[in-house]
Amino acid sequence: MRSLRGWRLLLIVPFVGTLWVPFYNALEPRIGGIPYFYWYQFLWVVISATLTAIVYFTTRGGER
Amino acid sequence: MNELNAPALAVFAVLFALVTVLGFFAARWRRADLHQLHEWGLGGRRFGTVVTWFLLGGDLYTAYTFVAVPALVFGQGAIGFFAMPYTIIAYPFVFVVMPRLWSVSHRHGYITAADFVRGRFDSGALALAVAATGILATMPYIALQLVGIQVVLGAMGVQGSGWMSDLPLVGAFVILAAYTYQSGLRAPALIAVVKDAIIYITVIAAVIVIPAKLGGYAAIFASVPPAKLILVPPSPGTLGQFSAYSTLAFGSALALFLYPHSMTGVLSSSGRAVIRRNSAMLPAYSFLLGLIALLGYMAVAAKVDKLPAFAAGFQQYGPNFAVPALFLDLFPPWFVGFAFAAIAIGALVPAAIMSIAAANLFTRNVYKEFLRPNCAGKEEATVAKVASLVVKFGALAFIVLVPQKYAIQLQLLGGVWILQTFPSVVVGLYTRRLHRWGLLAGWATGMAFGTWMASTLSFKGSVYTLHISGLAVPGYAALWALIANFAVAIVVSAAVNGAGVAPGRDATRAEDYGE
Repeated sequence: MRSLRGWRLLLIVPFVGTLWVPFYNALEPRIGGIPYFYWYQFLWVVISATLTAIVYFTTRGGER
Repeated sequence: MNELNAPALAVFAVLFALVTVLGFFAARWRRADLHQLHEWGLGGRRFGTVVTWFLLGGDLYTAYTFVAVPALVFGQGAIGFFAMPYTIIAYPFVFVVMPRLWSVSHRHGYITAADFVRGRFDSGALALAVAATGILATMPYIALQLVGIQVVLGAMGVQGSGWMSDLPLVGAFVILAAYTYQSGLRAPALIAVVKDAIIYITVIAAVIVIPAKLGGYAAIFASVPPAKLILVPPSPGTLGQFSAYSTLAFGSALALFLYPHSMTGVLSSSGRAVIRRNSAMLPAYSFLLGLIALLGYMAVAAKVDKLPAFAAGFQQYGPNFAVPALFLDLFPPWFVGFAFAAIAIGALVPAAIMSIAAANLFTRNVYKEFLRPNCAGKEEATVAKVASLVVKFGALAFIVLVPQKYAIQLQLLGGVWILQTFPSVVVGLYTRRLHRWGLLAGWATGMAFGTWMASTLSFKGSVYTLHISGLAVPGYAALWALIANFAVAIVVSAAVNGAGVAPGRDATRAEDYGE
């Protein structure tokens, strides 16, 4: 059970990645003309969904 | 101002009629006795992953997404994009917290957050505070939906003058009220499926066709002044927009699932796993939300605010007119009707869910608790139906009394209030170390401080600047108020616990919160 809870710490990662503005308040590098500020945050949707899915599957044992 | 756009209006009317029929038909879906509150107000608590997905999506992606967020991006630039981190971090939070609430509610038959607080802290006063806050905070949020409907109707030229000018809105409103009254939560749940289909079509068309017409995303970003594309960085003496951006995102995320309507979406699901699965899947909506937010820049690139045809619209609706103007400018009339129907129906569904949720709160935690403790199930359901009407009229009052340049302020204002229930509801799910009197004192402090900050901004803004030893820290007032709330709750709890004041009997047990 303890190790299962450990996986949940992964869910803190999106908070750090998206709430610390100095990580991403920049125009460059652009991808396809899209400023860094925007594609960085779109990327986090994917990362966050992936992390949540990982935690879902690893902790599913306890759920019915 | 705008001439009547007949082809758009025809398509709009057909779709609107379709969902209205569905709304009434919903009463027969998974037929049950709608004179029982848990059937009318929670759909019998039997919604699985798919319906819950549509229902939660219906709650969360609304006129807020389609009108309010792009309007802010259009008018103010990067700061409006805070909605993106907000919806990203909301789901990990839901994933961890909400299954606990579901379990304890399922075990004890709670249908509102205030029910839970009543059981957990044995305090009618605290439950009343939570319920009243939920009802109050819901009204501006419903008002935001009504603004969305108003803007698209106006954009199609449906309007009168003087007292007639509100008639179309009132018409849409009466239809909404009628099928909510009749079918309860089944109506928005069923309509949400149709709503999502037309929204997805609209969004996909918008994010492909519009950039194609404007020369691609690179050209769109290139047409926006670079300073507007990122946040104002900190400089000596101030944190610039950095602290505003992250506190708006964080505060909104914590507030999201405290709203009575998202609570309803969670509690009407059939199990913990449904909630967890949905929190892993709902970010798909966040991706769309980000793309829709960029419609604000597309409106900048298309220079819709400079076109004479839209001058009157911008004058009447301000930046909220940006997205409707963009669609009118770049799409054929029939598709404009389709897209506007998506926006209007996308506003009606959450408005219905919100008013049902607020009605559940009133019935359970005010009427039954304080006015008619022995009322029967049927009376309970009837009171809820009437209360759902009253809440909608409260929302209308918000539009009339506090006209907003940016519709998003209505939602942010609701957030200032609803977040003050966080210590009782969310912390309460984990511990009873905060005393019921401490929680009540903290709540009162947070509500007073939050409302005061909003009033200094004339209720038209929600970023309040704190000055901490010479450093200006602009931040979301909801979060500042929550910090004050916690501080008072902790201090008062320590004092009354120390004085031996009875903490009340906990109706729940530790094992009620787990699987």
